[in-house]
Amino acid sequence: MIKTDVLIIGAGPTGLFCAHQLGIIGLTCEIVDNLDKAGGQCIELYPDKPIYDIPAIPECTGEELTNNLINQIKAFNIPIHLSERVDEVKKENDNWIVKTNAGKTFITPNVIIAGGVGSFEPRKFAPKECEKFENQSILYSIKDKKIFEGKTVCIFGGGDSALDWAVELSKNSKVNLIHRRDDFRGAQSTVDKAHELAKSGTINLYTKYQLANVNGENKLESIDIKHDDGEIKSINTDFALGFFGLIMQLGPIANWGLNIDKKTIEVDTEKFETNQKGIYAVGDICNYPGKLKLILSGFHEGALAARACFKLARPDEKYRFEFTTSSKTIKNRLGVKE
Amino acid sequence: MPKITYNTHDNKTHTIEVQNGLTVMEGAVQNDIPGIDADCGGGMSCATCHVYVNEEWLGKLPEKEDGEEDMLDMAFEPKKNSRLSCQLIVSDTLDGLVVNIPSKQG
Repeated sequence: MIKTDVLIIGAGPTGLFCAHQLGIIGLTCEIVDNLDKAGGQCIELYPDKPIYDIPAIPECTGEELTNNLINQIKAFNIPIHLSERVDEVKKENDNWIVKTNAGKTFITPNVIIAGGVGSFEPRKFAPKECEKFENQSILYSIKDKKIFEGKTVCIFGGGDSALDWAVELSKNSKVNLIHRRDDFRGAQSTVDKAHELAKSGTINLYTKYQLANVNGENKLESIDIKHDDGEIKSINTDFALGFFGLIMQLGPIANWGLNIDKKTIEVDTEKFETNQKGIYAVGDICNYPGKLKLILSGFHEGALAARACFKLARPDEKYRFEFTTSSKTIKNRLGVKE
Repeated sequence: MPKITYNTHDNKTHTIEVQNGLTVMEGAVQNDIPGIDADCGGGMSCATCHVYVNEEWLGKLPEKEDGEEDMLDMAFEPKKNSRLSCQLIVSDTLDGLVVNIPSKQG
């Protein structure tokens, strides 16, 4: 069991800066995130798109913002537990017991939910029958490419994941690449490569088609794809792979006894505390009158929630406000040499 | 104020007056019309405000930016008349627009 002053759920910009604020005031924290890297929506949805409304930074990309925030907390050596989802939050006396789907358990008086709009999950195929074959012959990510050797694979999608895998798997499998329109949005070099392979007959390219149906008793046998003009084509296949990006799902947060309205958690604007003492919500996932879904609002909310955590983490101490420019204690925590 | 009609997947019709300058997405969210999630808040980054536009309106809407078509690749059951409602800004010329909300957003 890992003991910490504060457990932060979500390593997006709000969670990362909140960790900074905790470090500044001398509290320990640990961060858990379902993605395989820190940065949240900034890194998952718009790593290359510029952001223009971070105070004092006229322009930066989602990736740059994330890297800067990570640098800013380096001195605190905060453990970030990636590719793990918090599944359970339970009260035990004055503490919260927090469990992840990877089997880790934390004990902490404070939980800060900085979870954006929940956790990212892969988007799935539309036909309901796909669920029957999910994780066996219908997949949304690839862990071991060996399982496709010598098999027929139908790959759906128009981005880099679909194209990269089509190119890669075409070495040892029969690949059908299926996309809803003629244009692909992946890197130009990969798009060119895929077209080249299609031209030479190494892969079969079907554009303006989408998945209509899947067939098979115990295992997937064939799929039907439907053209924009209504024509249906049947393809015998061993696997169907969908690469449609990720979608955010509120997930287990809904089960923790919090006041939730339209996928957001109600908080007060003094501590950003939820209806549960010691559980706070900051960033896009919190809701209060006047809430703005801006990164800068998340920073403010995290700073206040961090101060609120002090009371429960250090009940016998008094929190004293200090500026980073003048406080020797803070500079020591940051490892600044004078 | 322009009137926008939202047909939800439960076969209900909601006709709402939406202020000029708001998006079709905002009109739905502010009036509690179910089925439009708008996870990213209107940034053309999530494809969870996907709608089907009635045929007669298709040609009258502003053209899609490149990014919108890219995002629609990820939408649930995209069709020829798919749009992201966060990219449709309400104005007098959109008065009477009818959009159909898909069964789910992802």
